Amino acid sequence: MTLILTIAWTHIRHRTRQTMVAIAGVITGVGFSIMMAAMMEGSQNDFIKTLVDALPHISVTDELREPTRQPANIVYRAAEFHGLTPKARRPGIKNPMAIIASLQTWIPGALTASVQSKAVLRYARRNLTISIVGIDPRTEVGVSNLSTHMRQGTLSSLYRASNAILLGDRLANKIGARVNSNVTLVSAEGAVMTARVVGTFHSGFRITDETTGYVLLKTAQILEMQTGIVNEIRVRTSDPMNARLISERIGEQTGYKSISWQESQEDLLSTITLRNVLMYTIVGAILLVASFGTYNIISTITHEKTRDIAILKSLGFNNKTILSIFIVEAGLVGLVGALLGWGFGYFLTWGVALLEFKTPFSDDTHLPVLYSIKHYLLATGVALASSLIAGYFPARTAARLHPVDIIRGAT
Amino acid sequence: MTPLIEARGVTKILEGVVPVTLVKDINLAIMQREFIAITGPSGSGKSSLLYLLGLLDLPTIGDVLIDGRSTNLMTEDECAEVRLSRIGFVFQFHFLLPEFSITENVALPMRALGRLSSRAATLRAEELLISFGLRDHLRKTPDQLSGGQRQRVAVARALANDPPVILADEPTGSLDSLATAQVFGILRDLVTLRGKTVVAVTHDINLAVQMHRRIHVVDGKLAQFESPASVASIPQA
Ligand SMILES: Nc1ncnc2c1ncn2[C@@H]1O[C@H](COP(=O)(O)OP(=O)(O)O)[C@@H](O)[C@H]1O
Ligand SMILES: [Mg+2]
Repeated sequence: MTLILTIAWTHIRHRTRQTMVAIAGVITGVGFSIMMAAMMEGSQNDFIKTLVDALPHISVTDELREPTRQPANIVYRAAEFHGLTPKARRPGIKNPMAIIASLQTWIPGALTASVQSKAVLRYARRNLTISIVGIDPRTEVGVSNLSTHMRQGTLSSLYRASNAILLGDRLANKIGARVNSNVTLVSAEGAVMTARVVGTFHSGFRITDETTGYVLLKTAQILEMQTGIVNEIRVRTSDPMNARLISERIGEQTGYKSISWQESQEDLLSTITLRNVLMYTIVGAILLVASFGTYNIISTITHEKTRDIAILKSLGFNNKTILSIFIVEAGLVGLVGALLGWGFGYFLTWGVALLEFKTPFSDDTHLPVLYSIKHYLLATGVALASSLIAGYFPARTAARLHPVDIIRGAT
Repeated sequence: MTPLIEARGVTKILEGVVPVTLVKDINLAIMQREFIAITGPSGSGKSSLLYLLGLLDLPTIGDVLIDGRSTNLMTEDECAEVRLSRIGFVFQFHFLLPEFSITENVALPMRALGRLSSRAATLRAEELLISFGLRDHLRKTPDQLSGGQRQRVAVARALANDPPVILADEPTGSLDSLATAQVFGILRDLVTLRGKTVVAVTHDINLAVQMHRRIHVVDGKLAQFESPASVASIPQA
């Protein structure tokens, strides 16, 4: 082995310029791959984090998992009726507090009851349909980041007036409402009430900030005209990645429809997968191009060294040894390039992270990057593998060379 | 006694549009401690014969036996192993590796064989070179030496793994008379002092007559096969 290394090292040491060019190719490839991966995964993580922060990890709603069976279908095995009015089901989750208490025993995380409702908001002769969410400020804190998103007022401000409401900042701006303005709410059920604006929030999600108002559970129940109704239980799991599994168990236990954030954001998540496929394709292409440099130098050396190879083979070096010499050379170029590429990649990532950039998903003004050893190892692996493959072909040609052909030609 | 190298009906034909016969039906046995000259006109097939005897090339017909072992059935790697350990080759042009010092050049075959540590290989290489009068040049690369010095390095390298036989293709062909005398002296000493067998192609009749036996090649065939007594009858090459 040391013999192979000695010869390999001597070959590349005597071709400084070519070796440097080849190594520079690998450095560039590895460096940019690392930077791209850091950027892609950084923005992806940032995006998911914002998403996970903004959404309930699991939402249990009053819809049943199976549609309600109509009386006719229960009585008759096979029946088709026309013109029947379906039996109305009383909306809301039955016994919400009992369900929450029982879920709380095994779910790692926090739960809160809420009421989802729609209402028309009237203010200064403008009518806007908005989502009304009835919340319990004491448990809401554990489930959403609403309390941290408050611009004016706090969650407890909801207790300040008999009908208090927190508005999204964009919504408040749109209608010109301020803290202490009185707005009128008209619910779909026909309830009309005057509510006082006691605060504003900014979640960073445009839709939410433009169309949502938070009220107390009790207030929302009045709008729904049903005392004690709760039509959504929201859950924040300690590990958001477990949400899907926990959600399934909740569904089985309660019989209500339970949706994890992964399911509700399926489209976005599949876009991320597509993005990753794209990224790895590009990174792969970069590294492949970098390996052309390696191919070039190994192939040049084997051509220049044809005579030396013939000499070594005539002395009795076997094919495997000759092959190993050039593969080791390719490996050295790949390895040195990859290791220096680590530094370059780290530097590029650091530089990119300094860039001022407005991302559409959060209010952060810097490009989010992720430093992960995984990216470094992956880039090294691919760079090494492609260098070795690039070196293999010229090396094999060299190893198969017939020494007499060269020696005859030389004498 | 088993010959070190034996050729049995060896013919080499180069395939091509016009096939070329390099050597034809050669029968030859090379014994221990022989000092043999291969002579013949230019292009008669001397080098080709030497390559076949040294397993650098494979016969089209016939067989070459090393220590009585047929090489026809050997794999490429086995042939390489035999070349490495049993045969030393010296070419007309030194064929040293330009990027390595002469000590490294001589140590290479030892390290390839792997019987010696790299330290021991270097020591032995230095010993060999010193014994050939190259004490002052051990760290030099081949291009810093004269032709005669390089050829002495080439002989040292051929001896690296202490093979019983040295095959030399016009080892003095490109040397002046002084260098020729030195290199020839070394080859002769290998036979007389170290008990090696040396087979050397040469055009130099003055050298050929000093050797034990001459093999004359004409048109790829053995023309004469005489004893030391008939030295006078050697045709001029
Ligand atoms: N690669 C080759 N293709 C065709 N003919 C060749 C080749 N190599 C050698 N020859 C021919 O084979 C003959 C023998 O060559 P060689 O063994 O080198 O002779 P010598 O060493 O006695 O001068 C010569 O006539 C030469 O021209
Ligand atoms: Mg010749």
